[in-house]
Amino acid sequence: MGNLLENMQGIPLNHYLIFCSIIFVIGVIGVLIRRNVIIIMMSIELMLNSVNLLLAAFSAYLGDPSGQVFVFFIMALAAAEVAVGLAIIIMVYRNTKSVDIESLNKLRW
Amino acid sequence: MDNLIILLLLPVISAIILAFIKTSSAKWAALVLSLIQLGLTIPFICHFVPDASVQFAASWDWINSLGIQFQIGLDGISLPMLILTNGLIPLIILASFGHDQKGGFYGLVSFMQAGLVLVFISLDAFSFYVGWEAALIPIYFICALWGDGDRIKVNLKFFVYTFFGSLLMLIAIIYLYQQTGGRAMSWTALTGLELTEGAQNWVFWAFFIAFAIKIPLFPLHSWQPDTYTHAPSTGTMLLSGIMLKMGLFGLLRWLLPLTPEAVMQYGNIALIMGIIGVVYGSIIAFKMKDAKRLIAYSSIAHVGLIAAGIFSFTQEGIQGAILQMINHGISVVGLFFVIDIIQRRTGTRDLSDLGGLASNMPILAIAFLIIIMGAVGLPLTNGFIGEFLLLKGIFGSAWNGVWFAVIGGTTLIFGAVYMLRFYQKTMLGPINDGHMSVKDVSGYEVLVLSILVILIILIGVLPNGLLHLSEASVTQLLENIK
Amino acid sequence: MKEFIWMLPLIPLLGFLMIGLVRKSSPKPLISIIGCGTILISFLLSCGIFKEVYDARLAGGEGIIYQEVFNWFTVGSFNFNISFLVDPLSSIMLLIITGVGFLIHLYSVGYMAHDGGFGKYFSYLNLFIFFMLILVLGSNYLVMFIGWEGVGLCSYLLIGFWFKNSNYAKAAKKAFVMNRIGDLGFLIAMFFILVNFGSLEFQEVFPAAGQLAMGDSTLLVITLLLFVAATGKSAQIPLFTWLPDAMAGPTPVSALIHAATMVTAGIYMIARSNIMFTLSPVTMQLIAIIGVATALIAAFIAITQNDIKKVLAYSTVSQLGYMFLGLGVGAFTGAFFHVLTHAFFKALLFLGAGSVIHAMSDEQDMRSMGGLKKYLPITYITMLIGTIAIAGIPPFSGFFSKDEILAHAFVASPLFWGLGFLGALCTAFYMFRLLYLTFFGSFRGTENQKHHLHESPVQMTIPLIVLAVLSVLGGVINLPEALHGGTWLADFLSPVFAQTNAVVEPFHLSHSTEYILMGASALGAIIMALFAYNKYVKKSEIPEADGSSEQSGLYKLSYHKLYIDQIYDTLFVRPLNGLSKFLHTYVEKLGIDRLVNGIGDLFVSSGKGIRQLQSGNVGFYIFMMVVGVIAFMLYGLFTI
Repeated sequence: MGNLLENMQGIPLNHYLIFCSIIFVIGVIGVLIRRNVIIIMMSIELMLNSVNLLLAAFSAYLGDPSGQVFVFFIMALAAAEVAVGLAIIIMVYRNTKSVDIESLNKLRW
Repeated sequence: MDNLIILLLLPVISAIILAFIKTSSAKWAALVLSLIQLGLTIPFICHFVPDASVQFAASWDWINSLGIQFQIGLDGISLPMLILTNGLIPLIILASFGHDQKGGFYGLVSFMQAGLVLVFISLDAFSFYVGWEAALIPIYFICALWGDGDRIKVNLKFFVYTFFGSLLMLIAIIYLYQQTGGRAMSWTALTGLELTEGAQNWVFWAFFIAFAIKIPLFPLHSWQPDTYTHAPSTGTMLLSGIMLKMGLFGLLRWLLPLTPEAVMQYGNIALIMGIIGVVYGSIIAFKMKDAKRLIAYSSIAHVGLIAAGIFSFTQEGIQGAILQMINHGISVVGLFFVIDIIQRRTGTRDLSDLGGLASNMPILAIAFLIIIMGAVGLPLTNGFIGEFLLLKGIFGSAWNGVWFAVIGGTTLIFGAVYMLRFYQKTMLGPINDGHMSVKDVSGYEVLVLSILVILIILIGVLPNGLLHLSEASVTQLLENIK
Repeated sequence: MKEFIWMLPLIPLLGFLMIGLVRKSSPKPLISIIGCGTILISFLLSCGIFKEVYDARLAGGEGIIYQEVFNWFTVGSFNFNISFLVDPLSSIMLLIITGVGFLIHLYSVGYMAHDGGFGKYFSYLNLFIFFMLILVLGSNYLVMFIGWEGVGLCSYLLIGFWFKNSNYAKAAKKAFVMNRIGDLGFLIAMFFILVNFGSLEFQEVFPAAGQLAMGDSTLLVITLLLFVAATGKSAQIPLFTWLPDAMAGPTPVSALIHAATMVTAGIYMIARSNIMFTLSPVTMQLIAIIGVATALIAAFIAITQNDIKKVLAYSTVSQLGYMFLGLGVGAFTGAFFHVLTHAFFKALLFLGAGSVIHAMSDEQDMRSMGGLKKYLPITYITMLIGTIAIAGIPPFSGFFSKDEILAHAFVASPLFWGLGFLGALCTAFYMFRLLYLTFFGSFRGTENQKHHLHESPVQMTIPLIVLAVLSVLGGVINLPEALHGGTWLADFLSPVFAQTNAVVEPFHLSHSTEYILMGASALGAIIMALFAYNKYVKKSEIPEADGSSEQSGLYKLSYHKLYIDQIYDTLFVRPLNGLSKFLHTYVEKLGIDRLVNGIGDLFVSSGKGIRQLQSGNVGFYIFMMVVGVIAFMLYGLFTI
């Protein structure tokens, strides 16, 4: 464990912050500009994982393991989300023969 | 048996039982249960000591962490209302026998009774509010499910309108609750608060608008004629006979003691609203063709006078108001029942299609006349005692009482005009050819009408019993606000 | 006897209940016996009570009996009792009500014999007697008010007795509503009395009122309001138009309610409250003016009416006007004396008219009558007596009572006397016109009617004869001093008017002046009688049919009752109906309701607007979410 901590602390915290921010922004942009639902799901994963990484990094720097606990929670949640999300996408595809987000505009006034 | 909670539980239990009766025996079950409720009320009347104290008080912890308790009790103001509710509901149920309703209908009536009883006996703002809303929901369904015409739209308006008022009241209640430091909702705690002038003012208006919508006072009355017209007659009777007394009762129980200074300051506005309602309602009632609508407008006039009497802040005015609430209950139930009888027999309640029914229906004609005389306040009927005291109270009020009494007194004349027109258009004159074979009242109808007629004359000749109940409480109330 | 006062109204009430309950199942004779019997018992009781009062007066006492029956209601410091007061004034009223009432009940047995609503009729009549007795027996204004409104109700019921006729039902409604206008005055007056004197009991109010100064403003308001009440009940200007319409009811009802008893309630009430009125000279002046104006206008209208009952109705209004004139000039005894004699002769005239109508198979138009003298001899003779009495020809009763009022009016102002005298001339003319058109000349009805002409049965003629005797002799109870009479009535009533007599100067008129006045009115009446004889018997003129164009303007004005009904219709009824429609259509529907609905619509339409944002495009939702998150983050950044 100690080894891992040292390895992580070997990289300055700023690098983690910048890296995670970049990945997160990529995720956000992916969600906003892509029209394929699957890509959007992947972008959401990207955002979640960037946060995970950040949590782990802070945890290592602060020496507080609760950040890592959160990472596990988020991973479990992400798995559940993907399971439900993919199921929805499959149902949508079966009905509309498309996974284009533009086609999902039935829920409105 | 001297625990008030039983009067609250029984209607709830009755409602549940009745809801499961699908056969036409539901009406008998409903009647029997409401009569038991009436029977259980009697010991409270007998054991009530007519002084200003709160009697049969009981309280339970409800939401401990918020300091909310469930408090109930009776005093001279709420007891007459309790008698009115539990006395009229069996009559209203009996009056609905001609419609062969199922258990669900009577279940709602019973549930509404529980709400009404809670409003009248509760001694803390929380349970008062619960009762206030609990009474509204069943009547909404009664009117929306069994009404006629454009009932859904009309009832939506009724519900939203009164609910809007209720929310204002709720905000005021929460504010008052905050002022106690979040410790108490009880009547004693809230009325004991020392509010600033500004706070009193807005609390007054919040409560007043809530009550004024329910009563309804001019110009907040516009839900009422439509709702009465499209509701089934049982619903109309419940609404006009008992439910609008919630508003008038609320004035006495909550508004006057809560904000005495604001009441003294703005009471004249309320008085004027009541008086305008008297003239306005009466004049509109002149030309109404629909009998139900006519009585709806006359009801605006009558309750306007009652409200004006309350805001006269005199012993006679308030005692007269309490008595007149009972009288009004009796007379509107009678009038709507007569309309119901006529409508079931002739298929119409349009005055221009009716006439001359007295020759076929002599018993109805007599009972109807006595009910009308009670409504126009002929001496030796109940209406006279009420109107006399109300007008005397208004006459004695501090703000130009004489003129208000004169204007309000025109109800004597206008009441005679529209009520006698109503009587003339239905009972007198030549009979419509299509109604030649109409049969006179019989069976349960005679029973309902005779009970009403006996009550009208009995209270008219011997009103002292009822007046004594409220005397001490009203005196104390007036001492508190002055 | 005095213990039984409470039974006096109770007996007719029981009669009402009994007849009301058995009216369908029991035969007419039984109903007649109950109906007349209860009133007879009441009459005998009244006689006993009267004797008690009379004995007390003979012994020098005031003859006042007070009896509390029960506490009606108590509120705060005010205590209202049902309690009765018998004094000389009410004891005489008791005799009139039950005595004349009994005769009219008896008459009705014959008159209504063929009517389907026989039982209903007698129950209403008994109820009326009940309320009328309450009215005169009440020891306070509130109990009086019970009777006051109650007789209004009975009047409503009996005017609309033949309810299948819409016009009759309307007339009934009109009577009730117009009475109610007066009743509002009564109610407000009661409030003033209650506030100022702390009680409604006569025995507490009057002594307290007597302490006030002449012209006290409170008393002015109270008396004006009470006078409004009296104008409603006693059919004075401006509330008199209901009485002629009230003739829609059966004729005995007109005799009892609209001539002898109920309409005199206003005079009774003012006479009872005499001290308050005496202390308000302005009101007194107004009463006199209204009284004399009513007397004249009604007499003027009566001249051209062709319906036998309408003539008598306007004559009643006119005579009531005289009574008010008497009250207004302070002749309380005289006014009450006229109430008494008027009860006799007007009841007689109405019953006589009823007998004629009965014989004529319900024909009321005098143009179709004529020559009935030989068919209805008893009716003719009794009506002749009644006519002489009302016309004021000595020595019949009407002469003395009217003369007393006119003498007092002369003292107050010769103008009042002059106008009153003019009215008296009209009275003599129209009454003899009625008599001649009905009983003289040749028969003008149909053959069928002629075939049925018959004298009325004995139960109808006996009341006529009794009333005729009373009309002749009624005057003796208060012969004026100038004729060396006893002024018995004035002495008997003096305790009632004691307070007034203590305040005002005693009435004084030299005997010679009084002789001249008497002579003038007697002579005038006789001349008018002869004039009418000349016109209707010698020249046998018959009033023209309706719509005849050869009528003078004045004639038309009189014939159409001065167009007062039309004026009221234009001034009050139509504007109120219009207002009703206006309020309903514009204020209610377009104003208040629209405003309330508008608030509702506002929310609906704003909902409609805002929901456009909900386009259903998921991408857009996500974009908005991101924007929102960023916005929150920025907000967080700047506020930290």
